[in-house]
Amino acid sequence: MPDAAVFVEAQDLVRHFDVSRPILQRLAVREGKRILRAVDGISFTIPKGTTLSLVGESGCGKSTVARMMVGLYGTTSGHVLFDGRDLKQARAASDQRRRLQMIFQDPYASLNPRWRVADIVAEPIRAFGLAQGRDAVLARVAELLTQVGLSPLDGQKFPHEFSGGQRQRISIARALSSNPEFLVCDEPTSALDVSVQAQILNLMKDLQRRLGLTYLFISHNLAVVRQVSDRIGVMYLGRLVELAPAETLFTIPRHPYTRALMEAIPDLEMTGRTRIPVGGEVPSPITPPPGCAFHPRCPLANDRCRRERPELLAAEATMVACHAVQEGRAG
Amino acid sequence: MSGAIARFRDSDLWWSFKRSPVTILSAVVALICVGGALLAPFIAPHDPFDLASLNLGDAFKPPAWDEMGDAIYPLGTDDQGRDVLSAILYGARISLLVGFCATAFATIFGVSLGLLAGYIGGAVDSVLMRIADIQLTFPSILVALLVDGVVRAAVPREVHDQIALFVVVFAIGISEWPKFARTVRGSTLVERNKEYVLAARVIGVPSLRIMASHVLPNVLGPVLVIATLNLGLAILAEATLSFLGVGVPPTQPSLGTLIRIGNDFLFSGEWWIAIFPGLSLVAMVLSVNLLGDWLRDALNPKLR
Repeated sequence: MPDAAVFVEAQDLVRHFDVSRPILQRLAVREGKRILRAVDGISFTIPKGTTLSLVGESGCGKSTVARMMVGLYGTTSGHVLFDGRDLKQARAASDQRRRLQMIFQDPYASLNPRWRVADIVAEPIRAFGLAQGRDAVLARVAELLTQVGLSPLDGQKFPHEFSGGQRQRISIARALSSNPEFLVCDEPTSALDVSVQAQILNLMKDLQRRLGLTYLFISHNLAVVRQVSDRIGVMYLGRLVELAPAETLFTIPRHPYTRALMEAIPDLEMTGRTRIPVGGEVPSPITPPPGCAFHPRCPLANDRCRRERPELLAAEATMVACHAVQEGRAG
Repeated sequence: MSGAIARFRDSDLWWSFKRSPVTILSAVVALICVGGALLAPFIAPHDPFDLASLNLGDAFKPPAWDEMGDAIYPLGTDDQGRDVLSAILYGARISLLVGFCATAFATIFGVSLGLLAGYIGGAVDSVLMRIADIQLTFPSILVALLVDGVVRAAVPREVHDQIALFVVVFAIGISEWPKFARTVRGSTLVERNKEYVLAARVIGVPSLRIMASHVLPNVLGPVLVIATLNLGLAILAEATLSFLGVGVPPTQPSLGTLIRIGNDFLFSGEWWIAIFPGLSLVAMVLSVNLLGDWLRDALNPKLR
């Protein structure tokens, strides 16, 4: 859907990883190449100033999508369009590259332990030449630290002097320092305490409102996602199974997998209720099951689901990839 | 500056140093060795290179405490009438110089290649590490002998005497680089996937800059330990080469050269010519190694 407001677009993204054993071993045991299909055909669009979230279990490929969206991983096939340009071209020019930034999951690994906070935050400013002279850079760093709720004096400290939440604020300040328009957030709160999570999410929403940022938000936590998203995509084994406006997804989840995820959200009012857990494990992305990847765990699966892979099709406000929903068997 | 000293006195390193008498003793011995070597021209009682001052009549004097000894030659004299103590002080200079330079060369060379192999990966990594593997199957003294032999065959004799010191440094350094490269490669593989490196890559910082400013400072800890331990090995390697007669030129005798000279007189009873340089070598290498061991343990958080 080519929309004038579309800012970032993923077109049929595919990313395979070669996880074969070394060639000599492979020849010895006569084994073929082993290809891990981390992302297996994903398309979505993000309008300017909005947040799209991708949720899913560990290993479903959401972090791989995040890294492809900023160009850390190349695509096996498919394209990322950034403001109408191919991402590869956009990243070749530094005035375009500075418009996209990333916030990472682990606040303990995302800051170089040997750098002072001021240098960490200033790295993009210096790399893109956004401020001239030491004083101008430091003034900008002080401004950024204030913006994320830290003191300008914190710039002289080292990362280990801060808590996880404060470190994530430093990460956000670094990401903001190049005046980006599109931010990819790879599970930015999953390493934090619940109370701190809320602070960071509020900060991110506040920054979005003030600076008109566009977010791609990756998480496995539905409660977190509900708070920040405009639209939510549910991923399973490298594919989108459902893509819907945030509230719609929570009020009328359509895909059996989405329903199972909703069931699993802890709920104070429903304590003691018997849950219907999703049976089984996520299949291996090296040897995905034929047909719909979810069929071994799906209560609604029939022969067609085992044979034919469902496409992501519109069903009212939602996009769903499920034969049962299309056929009206889902109820 | 005083702040840095205060921080050091507060650090775990200083704390573990104070608690280990062996380490303190090693540090004192190492300091004496380095100090003696550096100050040799000022504290040596004689100048062993001043041929005019040599008196063949003073040859084979035993140490001063022997009844045949002479107080002006505290550790006796060799076959040319050279003062053994002075020769040791000057010899230690050469030994330490070659040891330091060879270790520095091996460190810079090995760390650079290890960083490249670990960060770039792929074919570069495979090729560099296979070369390192092959070299590790040879004893390092053999590699040093090989390098020395090739240079000797390649350049005329008078040129060789001038560059002999550099050749020894290169030969020992090149035989030790794989240790550094493998260690650094291992740590680089860990660091390069950390998110702070990814953050730098997102904004397009060039690979060489990322290696130098992000990865390098975070992989240097183990390198410091290996370099210290390697210093002892390099001094020994130089002594071995000089003992075999292929090391530093005879005009600049190192401890190894002195031992070789003394070796000829061991069985005729002039034991001091070989034993005192030997003891100095043992003291020097042992103290450096013990310091290296302490550094390794002190920097390993699991052993605290």
